[in-house]
Amino acid sequence: MASDPVALERELHAMRREIAAASSRAGEGHVPSALSILDLLWVEYREVIAAQEAAGQAPDTFILSKGHASLGLYALLVSIGTIPSAWLDQFGTYDSHLGGHPDSNQVPGVVASTGSLGHGLPIGVGMALAKRITGQDGRIVVLIGDGEANEGTVWESALLAGHHALENLVCIVDHNHSTDRALMVDSLAAKFAAFGWNAVEIDGHDHPSILQALTLAPTGAPTVVIAETIKGRGIAQMENNPAWHHASPTSADLVEMFGDQS
Amino acid sequence: MRGAFARVTTELIDTDERVVALLGDIGVFAFRHAKEAHPDRVYNIGILEQSTIGLGAGLAKGGLIPVIHTIAPFLVERALEQIKIDFAYQQLPGNLVSVGASVDYAALGCTHHCPGDVGILSNVPGVQILVPGTAAEFESLYRQTYANASLTYTRISELVNADSSDVEPGRIEVLRTGAQACVVAFGPVKDAVLEACADADVTVLYCTSVQPFDAATLRAHAGSGRILLVEPFYEYSTAPAVLSALQGLPAAIASTGIPREFLRGYGSVDDHYEAIGLTPRGIRASLDRLIDG
Repeated sequence: MASDPVALERELHAMRREIAAASSRAGEGHVPSALSILDLLWVEYREVIAAQEAAGQAPDTFILSKGHASLGLYALLVSIGTIPSAWLDQFGTYDSHLGGHPDSNQVPGVVASTGSLGHGLPIGVGMALAKRITGQDGRIVVLIGDGEANEGTVWESALLAGHHALENLVCIVDHNHSTDRALMVDSLAAKFAAFGWNAVEIDGHDHPSILQALTLAPTGAPTVVIAETIKGRGIAQMENNPAWHHASPTSADLVEMFGDQS
Repeated sequence: MRGAFARVTTELIDTDERVVALLGDIGVFAFRHAKEAHPDRVYNIGILEQSTIGLGAGLAKGGLIPVIHTIAPFLVERALEQIKIDFAYQQLPGNLVSVGASVDYAALGCTHHCPGDVGILSNVPGVQILVPGTAAEFESLYRQTYANASLTYTRISELVNADSSDVEPGRIEVLRTGAQACVVAFGPVKDAVLEACADADVTVLYCTSVQPFDAATLRAHAGSGRILLVEPFYEYSTAPAVLSALQGLPAAIASTGIPREFLRGYGSVDDHYEAIGLTPRGIRASLDRLIDG
């Protein structure tokens, strides 16, 4: 865990470079979406889960429902040693374990195969219910996108989780405003609250705020964390630029973005 | 079959603590005792089929055995992507049990018809598709498969045969042999097929398992070169399995089933089957055309 802010930023920036470089090599990947969730992933894995494991507690089970942000999850899994860094080098190639969307049957640490949006939260509801039925501790944490919240299954699941008072379920919404141009989903906290959830809103790049939100005491209801984020966070050329949504940087772009040949 | 489903599932919930029933606001009364005894494993989950499938997949990930039950079009067609991704792609086991086979809900109209289920699910790799012809066959197949490693779709039909066979997934039963053609009866049309073929010199096979499919038995009885499929779902739904089984053999294949059109009448299942010729007389006419060329 990097407690020194400078060291933390250095490590996060290195991960951003790995993500961008992997996309550049493959000519594939949703880099800005991966970057908008990187701080959330970092805190969830490197601080919350790490602390749970250190304390001998049942760790969170994390589902990346917005599967197109897979590069962020892959980079995180490399950083904690769950998958080898060499896998990231092969991202998107024919024989690679790592594709544009994560495959739970191929990648250790990937809990659910996602890609088509709106699938992770229903699965998470089922996993949370299974823990209740079988008397197991530990939470299910599902990260969805704001565009994903256009999907009806998100709200079906919100209704189910609220009705069944699944306090062991946490949904993080990566509110990077990618859907504002299509079908805006504003007032997310109020919407989830109306379905019986405990809703909190945070700056999705502020680590202390993320940590606080992800370590809230159980309330008897599922919790949603609305994380205000910047798509492409950390790469100036990409931030809030929709042209980069599914574009891969060239070698020249990488030099411009990171100042060297990645 | 509905009664057998509720009875057997209730028993399984009693005896196997992994079994969890998710009811799409249908059949709930039949599960009232199970619900009282095991409120944590019997849910009237509501009318949200897509999320119910996803939730079921989550239960399977948690080591439980989901049994998901609702009306066929909502279970299969509305929630197809969840079946494909959440269960099949992730290779998770579970049970989908439908009611309202094909036009069982005739009087409710086309929104509640589902003759496409068998063909649709045949396109999802790894899904077992079972079409029992009696309540006893349903019970046998269900008990054999409920805890296996596959996602299993079992089709409850209002129409049933008079007698039950000893059935198992992946096995075709040879009811009789003959020289002029091979007639394959799927599930609840067995009696109609036997009546149609009573005085015909044909082989009659009985199939309750579309996936896995007993290719070897069909192939062994395809010597006449004439195959008539009698399908109580869309005609030619089983054609991919049949064609694969008959690779390299010369065969004329015909199907008597439900035509691929909206059946806009109401009435009863019998009314529809009479209208489309899925009757002993209609089956015999199809057989005669096949034999006569």
